[in-house]
Amino acid sequence: MSELDDLYQEVILEHNKHPRNFHVMESANRQAEGYNPLCGDHYTIFLDVADDAIRDISFQGSGCAISKASASMMSQVVKTKTTAEAEDLFQKFHAVITGGKVGNAENLGKLAVFAGVASFPTRIKCATLAWHTLHAALEGKQIASTE
Amino acid sequence: MSTVANELRGPEYTSASFDVEKFRADFPILSRQVHGHPLVYLDNAATTQKPRAVIDAIAHYYEFDNANIHRGVHLLSQIATDAYEAARATVQHFLNAESANEIIFVRGATEGINLVAQTYGRQHVGAGDEVVISAMEHHSNIVPWQMLCDEKGARLRVAPINDEGELLLDEFEALLNAKTKFVAVAHVSNALGTVNPVASLVKMAHARNIPVLVDGAQAVPHVGVDVQALGCDFYAFSGHKLYGPTGVGVLYGKRAMLEAMPPYQGGGDMIRSVTFEKTIYNQLPYKFEAGTPNMAGVIGLAAAMEYVRSIGLDAIAAHEHDLLLHGTQGLNSIPGLRLIGTAKQKAGVLSFVIEDIHPHDIGTVLDREGIAIRTGHHCAQPLMQRFGIPATARASLALYNTRADLDALVAGVRKLKEVFA
Repeated sequence: MSELDDLYQEVILEHNKHPRNFHVMESANRQAEGYNPLCGDHYTIFLDVADDAIRDISFQGSGCAISKASASMMSQVVKTKTTAEAEDLFQKFHAVITGGKVGNAENLGKLAVFAGVASFPTRIKCATLAWHTLHAALEGKQIASTE
Repeated sequence: MSTVANELRGPEYTSASFDVEKFRADFPILSRQVHGHPLVYLDNAATTQKPRAVIDAIAHYYEFDNANIHRGVHLLSQIATDAYEAARATVQHFLNAESANEIIFVRGATEGINLVAQTYGRQHVGAGDEVVISAMEHHSNIVPWQMLCDEKGARLRVAPINDEGELLLDEFEALLNAKTKFVAVAHVSNALGTVNPVASLVKMAHARNIPVLVDGAQAVPHVGVDVQALGCDFYAFSGHKLYGPTGVGVLYGKRAMLEAMPPYQGGGDMIRSVTFEKTIYNQLPYKFEAGTPNMAGVIGLAAAMEYVRSIGLDAIAAHEHDLLLHGTQGLNSIPGLRLIGTAKQKAGVLSFVIEDIHPHDIGTVLDREGIAIRTGHHCAQPLMQRFGIPATARASLALYNTRADLDALVAGVRKLKEVFA
């Protein structure tokens, strides 16, 4: 069960049960939909961006524990970050969970709890869906796909 | 739920005469371990495992008999041709088709359905016409008809189902009208396990001179199929869900229908003579088998059918029914678990959702216990929408499954409920 425990860490299960910033944002000036056609995970990310900074972020939708916890924790971490900082964090996050640079997990701060995903190749897209969607929203696109 | 539950309270179903351990020994892969546990393979609706007889038949073909068929005068070509055509006869008998010429080898059920949509369908469905399918179809029996309707300006009509996952027969019949040019329906639902009353559906359609295609991909491994008794015009299935190899399947078509249809693909083997001015097409079944076919696959499929026949589909169906009841009882004992698909007539499938736990997470946790199930929309997204769920976890049965497999599933689900408590 140890790899499973790594995947489903307490903090991930807790965010799945009680996702943060989980609501529609009426005042959003950017938003994008992310969809994983393989498993049906589906989220909308709402952003309030001004002066290249994320003033506010929220999300809505449904999916597995990994995808929902990832979206929840991402929303906490990138709020008040500049868009460049958020994109940089996405690159680091991606590198860690795709297993290429496991040693860099400490750069991720609290997001390091997702490092266990690297042992579950079929679940990588669950963890990155929200990030792909954030990236799409920042680029002004309305649809993101993990495919 | 009521019927299966009621049956559970009835006399204990027995399949004591079914020597499942003996049959399990025929499947080499069942002795492997997954994540340190013995494999519990419950993803049979996706694909079944292969018995030694099938693996050996394919290996034997490549080691001793391989040559292209219908071409050479040399010995190996004759042997390969004989084996290929003998396989066609095996399929004919398996389906109780009237003639071996009604058996077309294709890549799988998907190609069989596309073949009919692109030949019969394009010939007979026009602007304003209608094609009727059901709400429980697999994408492979939706999209080919949608493509046809888009091309022709025709309309796709969908017969609804009830909350148990049963087709509403009155509503189905009410959809049939003078504009209806074709009906395509699953014999057994891949996501729910519902067995449709195909013979009755065919009667309703034929009363209005509407031809019927049956998607038999999920039925052939579980219920005896007699295409003459069903009366359907076309019947399509895949070999790999019937313990056979991937990449081979069968389209059965009534001879008169097939004769009147244009070819699907052009190429070698489907012609009688070719000049640059005109090509004369070959007779049935070769008209629909352009190019070098999947010879090893066809031979492997025949070996799978012989294997199934040696055990007997009735015995297999009774064994699987026992497992279905046992699994239903076990899963129903778990609080917060809901079975999706509780039709009275049901085969081989236990689809379920658990409150607050996404199917994807269920699949991952069970995998680590060595239990293979399918999670997701099962290529039936409209059906998931009908039930208002994004996905299900699905355990599906085969002849080599045991009550212990289902006990492991139930124990695994209980464990994952602890993880997510």
